[in-house]
Amino acid sequence: MALRDDMLSWGRAHRALHEVRRPGFAEEAPAMLGGQAPVLAYGMGRSYGDSCLNPGGTLLDMRGLDRWIAFDQEAGLIEVEAGLTLADILEQLHRVAAPGRCWFLPVTPGTKFVTVGGAIANDVHGKNHHTAGCFGHHLISFRLLRSGGTVRRCSPTENADLFAATIGGLGLTGLILSATIQLKPVPSLWMEVEDIRYRDLHAFHALTAESADWDYTVAWVDCLAGGAELGRGIFTRARHAVTDRAPPPPRLAPRLSMPMDAPGFLLNGMTVGAFNALYWRRAPERPIRRIGPYEPVFYPLDAIRGWNRLYGVAGFYQYQCVVPHAASAEAVPALLRAVAEARDASFLAVLKTLGDVRSPGMLSFPMPGVTLALDLPNRGTRTHDLLNRLDAITAGAGGRIYPAKDGRVSPGDFQRGFPNWRDFARHVDPHFSSSFWRRVSAPAGHPTRGDVAPC
Amino acid sequence: MLKVAIFGATSAIAQAVARRFAGEGARLFLVARDAARLEVVAADLRARGAASVETATADLAETGGHAALVEHARLALDGLDAALIAHGTLGDQKAGEADAGAMLRELGVNFLSPASLLTHLGNLMEAQRHGSLAVIGSVAGDRGRASNYVYGSAKGGLRVFTQGLRHRLGRAGVAVTLVQPGFVDTPMTAAIPKGGPLWATPDRVAADIHRAMKTGPAILYTPWFWRYVMLIIRLLPDFVFKRLKL
Ligand SMILES: Cc1cc2nc3c(=O)[nH]c(=O)nc-3n(C[C@H](O)[C@H](O)[C@H](O)COP(=O)(O)OP(=O)(O)OC[C@H]3O[C@@H](n4cnc5c(N)ncnc54)[C@H](O)[C@@H]3O)c2cc1C
Ligand SMILES: NC(=O)c1ccc[n+]([C@@H]2O[C@H](COP(=O)([O-])OP(=O)(O)OC[C@H]3O[C@@H](n4cnc5c(N)ncnc54)[C@H](OP(=O)(O)O)[C@@H]3O)[C@@H](O)[C@H]2O)c1
Repeated sequence: MALRDDMLSWGRAHRALHEVRRPGFAEEAPAMLGGQAPVLAYGMGRSYGDSCLNPGGTLLDMRGLDRWIAFDQEAGLIEVEAGLTLADILEQLHRVAAPGRCWFLPVTPGTKFVTVGGAIANDVHGKNHHTAGCFGHHLISFRLLRSGGTVRRCSPTENADLFAATIGGLGLTGLILSATIQLKPVPSLWMEVEDIRYRDLHAFHALTAESADWDYTVAWVDCLAGGAELGRGIFTRARHAVTDRAPPPPRLAPRLSMPMDAPGFLLNGMTVGAFNALYWRRAPERPIRRIGPYEPVFYPLDAIRGWNRLYGVAGFYQYQCVVPHAASAEAVPALLRAVAEARDASFLAVLKTLGDVRSPGMLSFPMPGVTLALDLPNRGTRTHDLLNRLDAITAGAGGRIYPAKDGRVSPGDFQRGFPNWRDFARHVDPHFSSSFWRRVSAPAGHPTRGDVAPC
Repeated sequence: MLKVAIFGATSAIAQAVARRFAGEGARLFLVARDAARLEVVAADLRARGAASVETATADLAETGGHAALVEHARLALDGLDAALIAHGTLGDQKAGEADAGAMLRELGVNFLSPASLLTHLGNLMEAQRHGSLAVIGSVAGDRGRASNYVYGSAKGGLRVFTQGLRHRLGRAGVAVTLVQPGFVDTPMTAAIPKGGPLWATPDRVAADIHRAMKTGPAILYTPWFWRYVMLIIRLLPDFVFKRLKL
C-alpha cells in the first residue's frame, strides 16, 4: 500500500505520510485495524493541528460510512454512521421541516463540514454552550469498535467508562461506528439575530450577562485594537425564531471556492488590520434585530470552500484556550495584548463565555469560563514564540488549550490543563494513536514537539 | 413519484444516484448480491426520503434469474419509470490474459449480464411504452488498451448494444443511455493512487446520471470533459497510440 501525503489537517501546517484505508461498509472496518503501525480515524480533517494525524501509521478515512440507520421523526432521534456530516443531517432536517415542528442539531461547531465521529471525539461545543453544553451531552449512545475486533455499545448506563472516555477522547479509544443523537425541537429553521458593536471587555461581559434569554452568543474581536479599546468587537446573539415562514432553502454547496494556495503576502499585518477596522465599523452602532437563515449565523466561513488556503502553503495555526472566570479579568486582556503586540494577527478572533453544563466526556475541553480563539498565519519561529507566550498566560490562569485546534502544545501545558489525563489514558486502545497524543503524553518537560515537524 | 430499479445497488456510484432519487421521494427497488449491505443501503435511503424501498438479493452474473428479477421489480413498484444497471468488476487484466476462463467470467459480469438485463427491462418498457434505461459503461470501452482491454471490451460491447437498443426502443418512447464515467473514487479503484483533476467523486458523477435518467441522452460522459479526452484518444493514429503506455 502506497503512503499518501495528501491527508492534511485544517491548518495545513503539518505534513505527513500515511497509509489510508477507507471502509465502505462498517463490516469492513475490523479487518482494517490490523497491521503493526498504530491506527487513527480521520473524519473531515476539520481539526486544525495534529490531533487527526498519525504519521507513519494508518488513517481510517471514515467518509465512506455516511449512512442513516434510522430517523424517528416523532421523537427527534437519529441513528447515523459516524462518517455522516452535520451538513448531511441538516439537509434532511430541511426536508422534514414543517411549520411549527422542526428539528435542529442540539449543538453545532462553526462549520457544518464535520463528521459525527469527529464531533464526538472532540466533544465539540457551539455558540449555545452556556445553555446546551457540548455535543456529548446530547448523545444517547454509540457503537465503538476496539482493536481486538469487539464492538461495544456505549451509553451513560452501558460501558459507561468507555462512553465517558470516548466523548472528547480524540479518537484514541477506538473507532466510533455509529451514534444515536437526540435532536432539539425548534419553532422554525429561521434565526432571530442581533449584532451589537461594543467598546471594550467590560461591555462584552455586560452584554453576556444581559443575553440570558438568547440561546446563542459569540463575539468577534478586533485584535488589533489596544489600550482602552482592548477587546472591542461585535457581539452576536441569536435564537430560533418563532415564525411560520417556509424554511429557508439549505445551502448545499459553498458559493465560492479557493482552488489553490494564496500567495503568503496576502494576509499580512496591514491587510488584516484594515479588515478588522472596516469590519468593526461596518456593524451598526445601535443593534438591529433581524430574522434570517441560520447558515450565516452558524457557518459564515462555510460559504467559501477551502478558505484555509488563504494562508498560503505554510498554513496557519489556530489557538483556542479557555480560562476560568476567576482569572479571566486578567488573562483575557493579557492574551489579547500579546496578540496585538505581535502585530501579526489574526483576522478572526472569537470570544465566548462557556457555561457550567457538565459534559459526560473525561477529556472535554470546555470548563466554565471565557474562551478565546485566534487564527495566526504560520510564520515559523515568530509564530511559535507568540504561541508559547499565549500558552504561558493560559497555564498561569489555570486554563487549558483545545486539542482540536492544537498542533504544538507542550506535554507539561497539556497535562496541567487536563489533570485527569492519566485516568483517561487507561482507556486508550493500545492500537490507536495520533501525533498529538504521542506528543502530549510524553513525560512533562520532554523537549519533544510531536513527530510531525510543523514546517 | 418516480419508480426506479437499481441493479448493483451497493456500488458507490449507484448509492449516490439512489440518494438523489430518494431525496425526491421516489419509490425504489434495489438489487445487489450482499444481503446485509443491501439492507444498510436500503435503511439509508428510507431515512433520506424514499417513499418506499424494496430489495432483492441476487448474483447478477447468473443471467438465468434475470427474468424473474425484472418481473419482481415490476410487481414491487407497480410499473417502472427508470432503471440503472451499475454492477461491474474491474478484474485483474493479467489474470485475464493468462487464463481464458477468467477473461470470459469478466466478460460475463461486465457485458453478458447487463446485456441480459437490458433485454428484459427493454421488453418491459417497450410494452408499457415509456421508461428510461441507463447502464454504466466506461471510457475504457472507447479504445482498447494493453492495461485493461478485457474490461474495456465488455464496456465497449455495451456501447454498440445500447446504440442498437436505443434505436429499437426509441419508437416506443423508451430512452436508453450509456453512462461513460472517467476515473471515479470508489472501492473499485481503491488500489489506484488518486488525486488530480481527472478524479471525480461518486456524488459528482451521480448528479449527471440522475439528470440523464430523466432526459435520456444516448451517451453521457461524466464529468463532461471526458467526451473530449476520449475523442482525442480515439483519433490518435495507431502508430502513435502504440507507443503510449496506457
Ligand atoms: C471553520 C471551523 C470552525 C470550527 N468551529 C468549532 C467550534 O465552534 N467548536 C468546536 O468545538 N470546534 C470547532 N471546530 C473544530 C471542529 O469542530 C473539530 O475539529 C471536529 O472534531 C472536526 O471533525 P472532523 O469530522 O473534521 O474530524 P477530524 O478533524 O478529521 O478528526 C478529529 C478527531 O476525531 C477523531 N475521529 C473522527 N472520526 C472518528 C470516529 N469515527 N471514531 C473515532 N474517532 C474519530 C479523529 O481521530 C480525531 O481525533 C471548527 C473547525 C473549523 C474548521
Ligand atoms: N470507479 C470508476 O472509476 C469507474 C469508471 C468507469 C466505470 N465504472 C463503472 O461504474 C459501475 C459502478 O462501479 P463503482 O465505481 O461504483 O464501484 P463499486 O462500488 O466497486 O461497485 C461495483 C459493484 O458491482 C457489484 N457487483 C460485482 N459483481 C457482481 C455480481 N456478480 N452480482 C451483483 N453485483 C455485483 C459489486 O457488489 P458487491 O458490493 O457485493 O461487491 C459492487 O457493488 C461499474 O459498472 C464500473 O465498471 C467505474
